[in-house]
Amino acid sequence: MNIVVCIKQVPDSAAKVMVENGQVTWGDAPLVMNPWDEYAVEAALLLQEEQGGDVTVLSVGGGDVDEALKIGLAMGCNNAILVTDPALERADSQATARVLAAAIQKIGDVQLVFCGKQAIDGDMGVTAAQTARVLGWPILSLASSIKMEEPLIRVERTVEEGRQVVEGNLPAVVSVVKDIAEPRYPSFMGIRKASRATIPVWTLEDLGLEAPTFHVSWPELNNPPVQEVTNEIITGDSPDDVANALADKILGEKVL
Amino acid sequence: MSNKVLVYIDHFHGEVLPISWESLGVGRKLADELGGDVAVVIGGQDVKDAANQAFHYGADQVYYADDSSLVDYRPEPFASLVSQIAREDAPDVLLFPTTTRGRELAGMCAIDLNSGVLPDVTALEVQDGKLTATRPVYAGKLIATVVCDSTPQIITTRGRAFDKPELDASRTGEPTQVDAPLPADDIQTQVIEYSEEEGGVSLNDAAVIVSGGRGVSSNPNLTPPEDLDEKGAEIWRAQQGFKLVGDLATVLGAAVGASRAAVDAGYIPYDQQVGQTGRVVSPDLYIACGISGAIQHLAGMRTSKVIVAINKDPDAPIFKLARYGVVGDLFQILPPLTEAFRSRLDK
Amino acid sequence: MDFNLTEEQMMVQNMVRDFAEKEITPIIKEYDRKQEMAPFVLPRMAELGILGICLPVKYGGQGMDYISLGLACEELEAVDSTLRVVMSVHMGLNSMGLIQWGTEDQKQRFLVPQARGDKIACFGLTEPGAGSDVAAMDSTARREGESYVINGEKMWISLATKAHNVLWIARTDPETNDPHDGLSAFLVELDREGISRGDIHGKLGVRAGSTGWIACQDVRVPLENRIGEEGEGFKIAMSCLDNGRYTVAAGATGLIRACLDESVSYAQERNAFGREIGKFQLVQQKIAHMVQSYDAARLMYLQAGWMKNQGIRNSRQTSLAKWFATDASFEAASQAVQIHGAYGYSDEYNVERYLRNSKGAVIYEGTSEIHQLIQAGYALGYRQDAPLRKELPTYDEQAWREN
Repeated sequence: MNIVVCIKQVPDSAAKVMVENGQVTWGDAPLVMNPWDEYAVEAALLLQEEQGGDVTVLSVGGGDVDEALKIGLAMGCNNAILVTDPALERADSQATARVLAAAIQKIGDVQLVFCGKQAIDGDMGVTAAQTARVLGWPILSLASSIKMEEPLIRVERTVEEGRQVVEGNLPAVVSVVKDIAEPRYPSFMGIRKASRATIPVWTLEDLGLEAPTFHVSWPELNNPPVQEVTNEIITGDSPDDVANALADKILGEKVL
Repeated sequence: MSNKVLVYIDHFHGEVLPISWESLGVGRKLADELGGDVAVVIGGQDVKDAANQAFHYGADQVYYADDSSLVDYRPEPFASLVSQIAREDAPDVLLFPTTTRGRELAGMCAIDLNSGVLPDVTALEVQDGKLTATRPVYAGKLIATVVCDSTPQIITTRGRAFDKPELDASRTGEPTQVDAPLPADDIQTQVIEYSEEEGGVSLNDAAVIVSGGRGVSSNPNLTPPEDLDEKGAEIWRAQQGFKLVGDLATVLGAAVGASRAAVDAGYIPYDQQVGQTGRVVSPDLYIACGISGAIQHLAGMRTSKVIVAINKDPDAPIFKLARYGVVGDLFQILPPLTEAFRSRLDK
Repeated sequence: MDFNLTEEQMMVQNMVRDFAEKEITPIIKEYDRKQEMAPFVLPRMAELGILGICLPVKYGGQGMDYISLGLACEELEAVDSTLRVVMSVHMGLNSMGLIQWGTEDQKQRFLVPQARGDKIACFGLTEPGAGSDVAAMDSTARREGESYVINGEKMWISLATKAHNVLWIARTDPETNDPHDGLSAFLVELDREGISRGDIHGKLGVRAGSTGWIACQDVRVPLENRIGEEGEGFKIAMSCLDNGRYTVAAGATGLIRACLDESVSYAQERNAFGREIGKFQLVQQKIAHMVQSYDAARLMYLQAGWMKNQGIRNSRQTSLAKWFATDASFEAASQAVQIHGAYGYSDEYNVERYLRNSKGAVIYEGTSEIHQLIQAGYALGYRQDAPLRKELPTYDEQAWREN
């Protein structure tokens, strides 16, 4: 049961993210493994404890991404792979999915791919489904629990209407949510191994891929408009009037 | 540009999710601006009614697949269905509602159609014939303007960011049935079972929170059962108050929170405490009922996007932070407020 | 000179921080109020390997260096001092004393289970009537054939009722000219006959910890339990304190950081006279001093840790780091409470606990007064470090990670 976990390196969620001169900055906040991906790593390690096999942590990014990959190794993953290429700077989700799929094929003999629900920088939430589509594998998304029911994989997921149990053939792609399990800390043994590890780096050429064209771009990035908190007291002739007026105001804020 | 728009209508067992109509509304507006038509695609079993409804909400054309293999949503056949229609219909824009299903389908269709997806968009604009979308990124800390330079431009619209269109029952049409895209045996997943969500929404990650404070226990019009002592009566009153808080939360799909005062007094368990020593939350909407707004409570919720306060005391500090406030008796305000939302949200 | 932590050291620091923040922060106030140690703390620290962090793998440890120990202590105390006290007594005072002075047989019998966290260790030096004046201790260990008979009472012993082993210092020779020369060190298993122990409550701080007393009444221990030679007890105790003090210095640094972080956060939130109080200069002054204290304390303990890694005698630097950091943490906590105003006086916020906790560290492991005498002694030439018969092992990454 070999599992690949796709991870992304992102700024820490507590970072003060801002736009300066059209560029995103996060001060000296550290870069960390995307929190949702930590859950994916944990889910993979739990399944490995049950089923055996190798867990490989895989990331597409710049050359400094090896910190997140090392955390994956320190948590207990057996291997780590970094895919990096100058042609992938500003890659859109489609390109990333195609690159991940190619890397997964190159790793070979992979039965499961785990991903976190979304990355907290782009908040796209489509990488798992897109990677599955490129691979031609089923996608079981938003899993809150995972079980092998040989030869199928069974997940429990939460959708708008309630909980659902879905089974899929292997190989498959699964995306996980936080209910899956608390991610373990890196062990000291893991830390020792990880800091010594040299992580293989693959380029587009290694994957046999041409430089992709990107369809999606972000021409502008802005700080959210500074909202002056205005305070408005709602009054009315009767509680019903007040209630209706308040409900309308709240709905007007588009927060529901 | 073909000026055509195609919209995926998300439903559950034939019951269309209201957000789908919002997406259709967006599609209708876009089509009008571009001078084109809007078509809709629905897949499922026994979806003819939903298909007809789409005309009432503005569709010019409706494609639907009705097959037992589609009775439950599964990503593969549904993505294949939409992509197939999109290839034939060749729209400029392909819209999905941002639901658990809509989002992943949009991503998968972007791969099938070799185009790009812009998920969870909060605003759309046509400028010089080009579509630009606005979406929050970095957990909403920043706003990105995004474009897709290929067709179809695949977009998922965020719930409640766009108005639901008017229903015009006189607007009708003949839907076009299409075949299910995949043989049932080829589908790689199976829905085994389904159960309705029990239990409340958790405070963690809740988008909406309704909280109660000390004021929740002070309804003088309630008579507690006779066998309770003073403390028991206080708790009983508080529980009645929290029931009102809970009713509002249920209608809003919200989590229930509490101030330290309410927890310390024993009205509600500690794990629902919001504040310095409880949880720090950052929902889109925080409704504080009977909470004065002492600094340690504010520390737990001040970054909420919209804060609403209901309190009898006009000088309560929370009113300084609240976008909207009601100086009044929460026992009088909460029930009609719950009803007001119930009717507006079709619940 | 490279002032950067290694990648590995940073991972260690993050790991311990995550553990303390996720598992201890939510429950610490409750246990501090109850004056009890949360039952899961020791087993969990054992499970995670923290109790053996800087001991060689072949002795059951995790093979990390002494700087990692310091970083772990900084992170633990940033959440609560009681967590770091565990490291001070189990690792600093007892286990590191064993690795420095123990025979191979003693290391196998005592150090290995301690490193694994299977056995908890503590340190018995202080007595009801002897704190700073160590040589005035009353506890005796009378040689009788192939064993010693120990009598006496130790007090203010952290983990007294939780530990399995105590490193006990007692007088073996009452006739020496200099009372410092008549002391010896023993590893005493706390399930031996004649041992009684109890908890001490009502302390100002470290209430979520375990402090107590241990009494020995004719407790018989075999010869093999004596650590070092007869008469070496004082030297052994002092070198144990070099390591205990190091953990205290690192921990107090974490406490300063906690005071600073909470003060900054509160100063940005609290409004008075129409603006956030961080805008007022007198508040800024307090914060500036905390920053100064933190940066200085951190550099001092890291230097001491580096010296331990290199096998360089560091008694003076460790004493200086401990004295500086603990005094500074008491001051930082006091100012943190002040910044919080009345809220700082309530356990609604953490800073009052920091203040109560910080005072203990100014007293134990050498009072600030003792450290001043030590530093003056070095400066005036009245005090010199003679080489010890056994030194703390130099950190050797390769050797420490072999099985």
